[in-house]
Amino acid sequence: MIMKNDIILAGVGGQGILSIAAIIGTAAVSRGLYVKQSEVHGMSQRGGDVQSHLRLSSRPIASDLIPTGAADMIISVEPLEALRYLPWLKKEGWIITNTKPFVNIPNYPPLEEVLATIASKPHHVMIDADEIATEIGSARSANMVILGASTICLDLPFEELEQAIRSVFGKKGEEIVHTNLSALRAGRDFALQHKNQA
Amino acid sequence: MQKMILLGDEAIAQGAIDAGLSGIYAYPGTPSTEITEYIIASKEAKNNGIVANWTANEKTAVETALGMSYAGKRAMACMKHVGLNVAADPFINSAVTGINGGLIVVSADDPSMHSSQNEQDSRFYGKFALLPILEPSNQQEAYDMVHYGFDLSEKYQIPVLFRITTRLAHSRSGIERKAKRAQNEMTLPGDLKQFVLLPAIARRRYKGLLGLQPQLENESENSGWNQYTDGPDKSLGIIAAGLAYNYLLENFPEGNIPYPVLKIGQYPLPRLWVEKIANECETLLVLEEGMPVIEEMLKGYLGNCLNIKGRLDGTLPRDGELNPNLVAVALGGKMIRGEEVPSLVVPRPPSLCAGCPHTDSYLALNEAMKVYGKGRVFSDIGCYTLAALPPLEAINSCVDMGASITMAKGAADAGLVPAVAVIGDSTFTHSGITGLLDAVISKSPITILILDNSTTGMTGGQPSAATGRIAEICKGIGVEEEHIRILKPLRKNHDENVKIIAEELAYPGVSVVIPTRECVQTLNRRMREKFKNKKTE
Ligand SMILES: Cc1ncc(C[n+]2csc(CCOP(=O)(O)OP(=O)(O)O)c2C)c(N)n1
Ligand code: SF4
Repeated sequence: MIMKNDIILAGVGGQGILSIAAIIGTAAVSRGLYVKQSEVHGMSQRGGDVQSHLRLSSRPIASDLIPTGAADMIISVEPLEALRYLPWLKKEGWIITNTKPFVNIPNYPPLEEVLATIASKPHHVMIDADEIATEIGSARSANMVILGASTICLDLPFEELEQAIRSVFGKKGEEIVHTNLSALRAGRDFALQHKNQA
Repeated sequence: MQKMILLGDEAIAQGAIDAGLSGIYAYPGTPSTEITEYIIASKEAKNNGIVANWTANEKTAVETALGMSYAGKRAMACMKHVGLNVAADPFINSAVTGINGGLIVVSADDPSMHSSQNEQDSRFYGKFALLPILEPSNQQEAYDMVHYGFDLSEKYQIPVLFRITTRLAHSRSGIERKAKRAQNEMTLPGDLKQFVLLPAIARRRYKGLLGLQPQLENESENSGWNQYTDGPDKSLGIIAAGLAYNYLLENFPEGNIPYPVLKIGQYPLPRLWVEKIANECETLLVLEEGMPVIEEMLKGYLGNCLNIKGRLDGTLPRDGELNPNLVAVALGGKMIRGEEVPSLVVPRPPSLCAGCPHTDSYLALNEAMKVYGKGRVFSDIGCYTLAALPPLEAINSCVDMGASITMAKGAADAGLVPAVAVIGDSTFTHSGITGLLDAVISKSPITILILDNSTTGMTGGQPSAATGRIAEICKGIGVEEEHIRILKPLRKNHDENVKIIAEELAYPGVSVVIPTRECVQTLNRRMREKFKNKKTE
């Protein structure tokens, strides 16, 4: 069987979407999968919108970019940013997004409208990752909560992602590994209870 | 061996370390910066005594690399595409001098202008200089081509241009390393006049360079980086260069491309293969990232009789990057897209960081300029260019590095007095010093703000050659001491800063104001590291 996950990661410069990419990438490589991940550097990092294309496959991957209409999921750490990449998402694709807005523009649209638009899409998980992260006592691991929520549609074993967190954060000490693992699990548990499948 | 997951830029850097590099010289610029950063951070490179320097600009980078090559060792110079404009003089002349130790010049193009002021194509420079060009299509090729590039350079005794584009530079993938090779010993060139481009010598060397061209074509036909794959359906032949080849493959996931395909990774173009595909196929489709360089070469001026499709006839867009979907359409397929972006989604442009010193400098400048009105502020390239956008809307130009000072002088010559230049510290040492000298000699009535944030902020906080010496440089060039004013851009100093700027705007000669406060990003990074070191002590 061919395994293939094409993922658009979205957020605002400085929100750390690349650490989500690093963990999924590490897990995929230890499964012996092919990985390509394109990142955004430079101009767009200063508080602008940022995206990364992350591709995993059991076969060699040709393009660094995901074609439009072909992404299996959008993982976004910010709700408005989740919507920016809809042209990439395929019909039956998933949106996994934080509901907590990052407001650094004067004309940020009304949040209820943003959330209602996401909720109108057939497959989505909407999660207040900041709140969950704060609840488990680690406000800074909201990304890991989002990553945890995304594991319900990633074709990677959950233990492999836990292992990847250990190897990526290992250098920073046992405590950091532990909080990130809790965040990952909390995100997954939330998603299992709240995923929407219309 | 376990694969390393590397950015395209990092693959080039690791390739260079493993291919016996002795020195790398660069001025930062997206998307090339990570090549040099990787080598600066590499313990292995340090242990092997590899010199890795940020230079004042791209011209000094190429010249220093050429000097290392003169002394027999392998050298690399890296830059973004517009950097090659700055380095064009040494680059083109180095093709005539030739080299001693292997020399690779890496130029990273940015089609679609993700972080650039234009989308020029470096391959024109390679052709112009009559030098071979390597253009990898993936990270593994990027790694392997560095080895090959140094071999090619040393075999023909000429520099090699290494062309990459944003999506390769900033995309990660697994690479396998090769066995490491030793650096060259220091040696003088066999002919001590080789590098003396007096006309008599230059003419001889130029003929030599022209004479090499058939051999370089021959290399392109046989090196393996250009590959001809036959296909049964000759109604179409496809020439795909660099990354465009991946987008072609993406459209045939089973690998069953029915048409003959010529993959290009090395220039000059492999004449044999190009002729073969042109003779055998009814129509040619040219897929290339950047400008239609290959397409124009094939079509020439009178080539409309040939059936060639690409960027020139509208089969593909004339500008911007390619992607798998555009290639699908060029192959006769449909454009597939998900849902359109909902209309409530507004743009989120980049902006100055909260607490950035530039904000305070501009707030003071805007207020001091009120009496003169809008339209007088020439600026330059860096984080501070973001002041063109709301809310600051403080500047009226951003053209090329250093142009703020010289444009202000030109405008003042035309009668726009006072004219103001705003330039970053790193941009000032890159290309602002010479313009300041012009202004001082003419006693131009201009005021120059040199925004000293102690770093090269835009590209991620590399050191700035100007740090700690701007006032001295200005004095040395001849700016009068009493018109060199240093201030601290902070909200609480606002009124005082406005006053200082206003005084200098009123002075009818060259004045320099230096707002000095560290970039908050580098400051935070330094504090975090200090804290970490304290903890481990
Ligand atoms: C010829 C050329 N080289 C490199 C660049 C890339 N570049 C743009 S801005 C910049 C740094 C500017 O630093 P500085 O002037 O100190 O301003 P800051 O970003 O720190 O405000 C660089 C390296 C460029 N645009 N053109
Ligand atoms: S990186 Fe530094 S110089 Fe650039 S906007 Fe942020 S604080 Fe200002």
